[in-house]
Amino acid sequence: MSGPAIVATDVSRTYQLDGVSVPALRGVSLTVESGDYLALVGASGSGKSTLMHLLGGLDRPTGGTLLIGGRDVAGLSPNEMAELRNTTIGFVFQSFHLLARTTAQDNVGLPLVYRGIGRRERRERSAAMLERVGLAHRIGHRPNQMSGGEQQRVAIARALITGPSVLLADEPTGNLDSATGQQVLTLLETLNAEGVAVVLVTHDREVADRARRQIVMKDGLIV
Amino acid sequence: MRLAEAWRVALEALRANRLRSMLTMLGVIIGVAAVVALVAIGTGTKEQIERQVEGLGSNLLIVVPGRLEAGAAPTSSPLTLDDVEAVGRIVGDRSRVAVTVSSGETVRAGKRSGFASMQGVTESTPTVFVRRLDRGAYLTRTDVNTGRRVAVLGAGVARELFGERDPIGRQMTIGGVRFRVIGVFEALGQSLGVDRDGEVHVPVTAAQRLLGTERIDGLAIRAPDRERIDQLGADVVAALSERHPDTDFSAVTQEQILGVLGDILGVLTGVLAAIAGISLLVGGVGVSNIMLVSVRERTKEIGLRKAVGARPRDIGVQFLLEAVLLTTTGGVLGMLLGGSSALLVDRLSPVPAALTWWSMALAFGVSAAVGIVFGVVPAQRAGRLDPVVALRTE
Repeated sequence: MSGPAIVATDVSRTYQLDGVSVPALRGVSLTVESGDYLALVGASGSGKSTLMHLLGGLDRPTGGTLLIGGRDVAGLSPNEMAELRNTTIGFVFQSFHLLARTTAQDNVGLPLVYRGIGRRERRERSAAMLERVGLAHRIGHRPNQMSGGEQQRVAIARALITGPSVLLADEPTGNLDSATGQQVLTLLETLNAEGVAVVLVTHDREVADRARRQIVMKDGLIV
Repeated sequence: MRLAEAWRVALEALRANRLRSMLTMLGVIIGVAAVVALVAIGTGTKEQIERQVEGLGSNLLIVVPGRLEAGAAPTSSPLTLDDVEAVGRIVGDRSRVAVTVSSGETVRAGKRSGFASMQGVTESTPTVFVRRLDRGAYLTRTDVNTGRRVAVLGAGVARELFGERDPIGRQMTIGGVRFRVIGVFEALGQSLGVDRDGEVHVPVTAAQRLLGTERIDGLAIRAPDRERIDQLGADVVAALSERHPDTDFSAVTQEQILGVLGDILGVLTGVLAAIAGISLLVGGVGVSNIMLVSVRERTKEIGLRKAVGARPRDIGVQFLLEAVLLTTTGGVLGMLLGGSSALLVDRLSPVPAALTWWSMALAFGVSAAVGIVFGVVPAQRAGRLDPVVALRTE
């Protein structure tokens, strides 16, 4: 894709909690270039998770403009937001968020379900994607039959299967030991080298240091 | 999302909680089974009664003194055999007119005794009503004209008084008066709650002498054809009213009797089905409840599905199908349970039951509708979940 993957301009997000306005983001501008590799760093409560949700199209800003894949999310319906998440964004979560009782292959194929792609094609594509993350031998395994590192690689394969331009990883190594965490980071870096923009959300300095650039957040602002 | 995929997901979700799904379904199963079984019993009863009324014979016109309406006081009959002659002239054929004067009497033969419904009748009764003899002969015109003390017994009375012996030619007493048995009817069973095998037919003249009366209770006419039946009824009522200006007379046809009975039984069946329907509704509330629990339990899953591109509608449809799958599976099982219960009742008890395809289709349709109605709120709630909040739920 030509042009930046995501452009946030003076984006703010305020929550209404029991009638009280709680600002979580107070005017943030940020551009994620295609093929970018950046880390969002900050203490908990700094607004980095809120920013990630906005960048991934899970939430909408209450102020400013946000372009994802060149489209202004303010003008998109819930269905169009869902489509945007399906086609342009890949999510990787700290706690993996795999469907229990579902095989690695069907977990990876899940985003394709919402594209109306038939079962056979889903299985073929998810098998190929599992092979790419080095899990060809775990294709029929359920999450509880796999290690944490393997589960996170399944989650990465799921994020990649729709060919997104941005991978948003929220503390991807948070639930893993350091050796396994290294493997997962290496995998993300390999994918980045192949052209996918990677946004890491982390409070781990060591992890953040591996990114090409760091964005440090504090009290809802970039510092 | 493709529909086939949505069905698969719904089925999997139900399978994951087998016991809970079964218990939830149980409410629907019981509701549908109750509707199917009760409607079958109502329908069976109605069909049985219709068969019995039709079994009386065709083109029947029944004439009784008094008004035929709910709450009308019983009228003592002013009719006599002279009136029957007059009616016979209107009909043009005396053999198409049957009369009755009836009374409950003690019957006795040797040491055995019982209670029977004595019917004073004419020789035309088997022509007007359908009544078949098992043995012997029926009353003749001479028997009626001379008031001969001969009797034709219902199958039940014959069994009670004579056991296995052949009653033909034997003596018996009715209300203390000696009669000779000349015939026995074929067994009929119950009709409209009356044991028709407990009747004893004797010549109307003999019955009147025994009762010390000139009256007859009512008469029945077999009309020559269906088209003229209403006109004939009006003519007969007019003639009788002229002869007895103080009394109202009514003529009713089988269709009218069937219509009234059908209405009553229809209402009764409807009430039964409605009561059973309430239990189906309660089952639906159970489904709604469990679906809300299911949505809450799977909030994280909903968040994830949304994150990877599920639209609100995809999530809603998934949960709606789950509810519909619950109730329709319950509906099919309930149909089987209700149907087999109805057949068992029909087979093992005197209560008749008839399964109708429409009651099955209705029960299935209603159970599917219950799934939709009671699944819609949980499904909407699932579809509208904010993905950010849903993903954060632990």
